[in-house]
Amino acid sequence: MPYIPHTDDDVAAMLAVIGVDSTAELFDEIPDGLLIDALPGIPAALTEAGITRLMRARAGRDGGAVSFLGAGAYEHYIPAAVWDIANRGEFYSAYTPYQAEASQGTLQLIYEFQTMMTGLTGLDVSNASLYDGASAFAEACLMAVRVNRKSKSRRMLVSRGVNPVYRAVARAIGGGQGIELVELPLDPAGRTDFDALTKFDGEAFAAVCLAQPTFLGTIEEADAITDWAHAHDMLVISICNPTGLALLRPPGEWGETGADIACGEGQPLGIPVSSGGPYFGYMVCRKPLLRQMPGRIVGRTVDIEGRPGFTLTLQAREQHIRRSKATSNICTNQGLMVTAATIYLSLLGAEGLRRTALQCHANTNLLAGKLAQLEGVSVAFDTYFHEAVIRFDRPVAALVDALGERGILAGYDLSEHYPELGNALLVCATDARTHEDIDAYVAATRSALDRSQAA
Amino acid sequence: MSEVPDNLKYSSEHEWVRLEDDGSVVVGITDHAQAALGELVYVEVPEAGQTFNKGDACIVVESVKAASDVYAPVSGACQAANPALGDAPELVNQSPYEGGWLVRLQPSDPAELDELMDAEAYARLLAESGG
Repeated sequence: MPYIPHTDDDVAAMLAVIGVDSTAELFDEIPDGLLIDALPGIPAALTEAGITRLMRARAGRDGGAVSFLGAGAYEHYIPAAVWDIANRGEFYSAYTPYQAEASQGTLQLIYEFQTMMTGLTGLDVSNASLYDGASAFAEACLMAVRVNRKSKSRRMLVSRGVNPVYRAVARAIGGGQGIELVELPLDPAGRTDFDALTKFDGEAFAAVCLAQPTFLGTIEEADAITDWAHAHDMLVISICNPTGLALLRPPGEWGETGADIACGEGQPLGIPVSSGGPYFGYMVCRKPLLRQMPGRIVGRTVDIEGRPGFTLTLQAREQHIRRSKATSNICTNQGLMVTAATIYLSLLGAEGLRRTALQCHANTNLLAGKLAQLEGVSVAFDTYFHEAVIRFDRPVAALVDALGERGILAGYDLSEHYPELGNALLVCATDARTHEDIDAYVAATRSALDRSQAA
Repeated sequence: MSEVPDNLKYSSEHEWVRLEDDGSVVVGITDHAQAALGELVYVEVPEAGQTFNKGDACIVVESVKAASDVYAPVSGACQAANPALGDAPELVNQSPYEGGWLVRLQPSDPAELDELMDAEAYARLLAESGG
């Protein structure tokens, strides 16, 4: 959609038509006591050159280190065409279009994105995206509570394999609506402890929530958990890494009838890590649950002349129509990120995504295997996708600092959120890492360990 | 001029009520209401067993651009919802008093039925509000 600002003459003409003397008059109903003239504490405006210098300096602080850090956001190679196309003026907008007649290209793109997400997850209907994986999980919890009329519970059983930040966000967003998260512990293999799950037999929960792979990179026994949850009148919410879905069985095929709501972080699909955002969340659900799904949905239809076209649909779920009874207060999507993800997926195709996933797994395997040869170092869990938990004989923080000084982002220190794992580091080697990068990591680690003492 | 059958009772919120032989009541929206809403695409109905007080929002009718509450004309428990509405919500538009019925309630306070309008009173209400 082009943006063409009004000239002063345009404004004057419009004001004359409605019989108002100035634009300020249109805000007359705001009480004088609430109006301010200036914002104290805000510095003066900068010139374009000044802003460019400032932003360049700030961006430079990122450093350009070689990253072995995953933990929810992953560096993958992004083909040059992705952002070349996504940056085109026709696509470069963050908003979902209300005027279908003027936005068929954008709407078609979102429809294709939705179709790709249903293909990846194996479920029926996708929305047009949410803000990020964490808030998508929170929305999924709220949706499960609305949908599960049989249970009427506002409690969720959430595995500790789910990203700790996602759990915190779900508590923050859901807490105000009485949503309670009850955590499921992990077993010695780093997966949801099934025996611990069965102990909740007889208690009511809206849903069981698990990540695949887990935050620790391990692979869940999703079938057993799914069937147990369904047998106990609980829905199943899956949180899946989209790259992993090229290799792992999709949530739509878990257990007898599949998961009910699939959500997660879409960043791995052609979005740069870029210091934490913007990313996008995805949500896909089974068709009977469709009317309780939040977010925009694009549908395919015909116009009054019978020509095929696309439009926003099922808007009666949304805030601009239902107000306080809406499924969510979200009234937008991450349009630009979704554009990039759709282009990324169509360029890679199923085979390209599969190869990317395999490359990530092979690289992490290689790194983990080499690290395990160092004294005092071991791989915590046997089976993982593209992240592995590495155990050390001393606290990990100093090691991370030492590697940082050599321009390497060593990984995620698990001691804060998973103290039960001891001195543990979550390392990730994606398709973006070469064998040279991996060898440099191992050499730097060996050298840092030699120089310090075992704890 | 919209249809207002004689044998029914009416609420000021444009619902009709039909008293059945077994003491239950069938509830729907009037011809005036369905015309005002436009073609319905979805009807959200309560579950059997759910109870309502008179005036509570118990049903939501959705057209393409709006969602409207339908209020319980009398207090009671929901016995059943019209099963045909799942696949054919447009029945409410085509046959608001027959095939497009919404729910059957078991009234908890029969006296409330006397508070409803008869056909003549409802027709007057429509005429006065320009309907």
